Amino acid sequence: MAKLSMVKAITQGLDEEIKRDEKVLVFGEDVGRNGGVFRATDGLQDENGEDRVFDTPLAESGINGLAMGLALEGFRPVPEIQFFGFVFETMDEIAGQISRTGHRMGGSRKMPITIRAPFGGGVHTPELHADSLEGLLAQTPGLRVVIPSGPYDAKGLLASSIRSDDPVVFLEHMKLYRSFKEEIPEDSYTVPLDKADVKREGKDITLVSYGYMVQESLKAADALAKEGIEAEVVDLRTISPLDEETIINSVKKTGRAVLVQEAQNQAGVMGQVASIIAEKAILSLESPIGRVSAPDTPYPFSQAEEIWLPNKDDIIEKAKEIVNY
Amino acid sequence: MKKIDFEQLKSTPNTETLSILDESGQVVNQDLMPDLSDEELTELFKQMVWSRVLNERSTKLNRQGRLGFFAPTSGEEASQIGSNFAMTTDDFILPAYRDVPQLVQHGLPLYQAFLWSRGHVDGNKYPDNFNAVPPQIIIGAQYVQTAGVALGIKKNDKKTVAYTYTGDGGTSQGDFYEGINFAGAFQAPAIFFVQNNGYAISVPREKQTAAPALSQKAVAAGIPGIQVDGMDALAVYTATKAARDWVAAGNGPVLIETLTYRYGPHTLSGDDPKRYRTSAEVDDWQRKDPLIRMRKYLTDKGIWSTDQEKVWEDEVNKQIDEAIKKTESIAPQKVSDFLKNTFIDTPPTIKAEIDAYTAKESD
Repeated sequence: MAKLSMVKAITQGLDEEIKRDEKVLVFGEDVGRNGGVFRATDGLQDENGEDRVFDTPLAESGINGLAMGLALEGFRPVPEIQFFGFVFETMDEIAGQISRTGHRMGGSRKMPITIRAPFGGGVHTPELHADSLEGLLAQTPGLRVVIPSGPYDAKGLLASSIRSDDPVVFLEHMKLYRSFKEEIPEDSYTVPLDKADVKREGKDITLVSYGYMVQESLKAADALAKEGIEAEVVDLRTISPLDEETIINSVKKTGRAVLVQEAQNQAGVMGQVASIIAEKAILSLESPIGRVSAPDTPYPFSQAEEIWLPNKDDIIEKAKEIVNY
Repeated sequence: MKKIDFEQLKSTPNTETLSILDESGQVVNQDLMPDLSDEELTELFKQMVWSRVLNERSTKLNRQGRLGFFAPTSGEEASQIGSNFAMTTDDFILPAYRDVPQLVQHGLPLYQAFLWSRGHVDGNKYPDNFNAVPPQIIIGAQYVQTAGVALGIKKNDKKTVAYTYTGDGGTSQGDFYEGINFAGAFQAPAIFFVQNNGYAISVPREKQTAAPALSQKAVAAGIPGIQVDGMDALAVYTATKAARDWVAAGNGPVLIETLTYRYGPHTLSGDDPKRYRTSAEVDDWQRKDPLIRMRKYLTDKGIWSTDQEKVWEDEVNKQIDEAIKKTESIAPQKVSDFLKNTFIDTPPTIKAEIDAYTAKESD
């Protein structure tokens, strides 16, 4: 066991999957010699050869088209989109092509593709790098959208994603890459897809979140505990399709819910979570559902990130409001 | 053009249209006559007749409500059938929506093509060893996927090629350039066809680009591009066969532009070509008809006759009757099956929907 940052855990996970299955291919802009702009593929080309880990020309639609074609020839592609803000360039290949192949061909072909991309705010990037665009894909049938909240989950969820015969979009929050480390088993392991995780148990209120907001929710839960409010923190891990059971069980236990997302509010993933709670646990609710999210503007200029992004204080304030309703 | 030099075409735009058989069925380019036996020549023509009959019957079946979406192919037989004729069933085809004839000649049972037209998923259920994907609707998407299939073929050490089709309008898409550029960068075995029929629905070829030839776009990607008389099946076959040999030998991709014309509307879903082209123009192109010149050539050669053609047309009509009849006996689709095919490893939320629809469907 060694303590690894999330980016190192991802590199290790990719290396293990490349070695485990000769059909796994890792490719994208700068992933080869350079090891990726965040070094997520650092050393993988030297270790596994250019046949398995390679640079592509600079074109996002081309990268995912390449992935689809390689999957048709029996490969298990792991393309990288350098920043998820560039996803608009490749929406057709992801949402119009890869994700619907199973449906389009009546189950006669599969698309075992894992599209990795960094995303998320707070690291002072230029425009269209940090946006939380996961909601665009959460509404795409046939696609799993997986977002780890830390190093351990990242490696295990990545292994499950790559081994899955279904297409997965795997989003890595940039602020999580190096902000903390966790114990990572050296042997390969998996963390299940479609399964949310209770990151902290509590009886008074449920905080549902994913990605970096799980860390803010955990900080909020620590602060709330000092004031006598025991918050349960649910990490969705897969935002589409959702694990309804874990959400419902937690809300039935606590009777209160605050739903936290870094993305803008309108039509966000947490709107769906609120709907699930309303449909399946409304009689357990002792107060209205609370929402914490970014305001409905495009992602802000980097100097304004601090005032725009939701944080633990917003979560604490909303949780108190809901508990004291 | 007396010789196809792909190496030179990589850096020099092709300025001369390759042709072999002129409008009167005379061989004008003996140097590039393909090495086809009499049997192969008649087989090529029979497939072209098959495609023409299929176009006529499909149009009627559509009007009768027995067929759904249909993009007419009449006029494009030399381009479509002539190119496909140079391929093998080990090659991988990525067609666009007008390329159903090639897909069927590649091995898709006709009744499945009809099911696709009628909007039934069974039309797209392909056996593992059928090297194809269903006709692409998004213009250009097949081009980037072709680069991927071709790279996969190369990584699998196969000696086959991936081939795909788009139209003149398709060359304006970003995916067109990304596809040929990726295939070029990876030196992957792909053949990209541009079937230039003069119109992207209604927008004429001249409004798509300032480039004098679409084939010259290949030069920007560092791959050979060649322009061929798309009404001349022998020219299309010759160019494709040479390209296939060159590509399969590991020399990287090739782009082939065929100059052709569609006699009918864009699709049968409401397009009226009178709004954007004259009947005189259609007449001009019909004088270049691919079947007329090929029929003349084969008849002069003494290996084809109008009697034979009549017998063959009857046979094709019978095949079409049987295929359309078969589509009408296919079981209706179920939402629960769609749900089962949306994911391979079914997530719990989808499982719940499957259960709900299964219950509803068994009522």
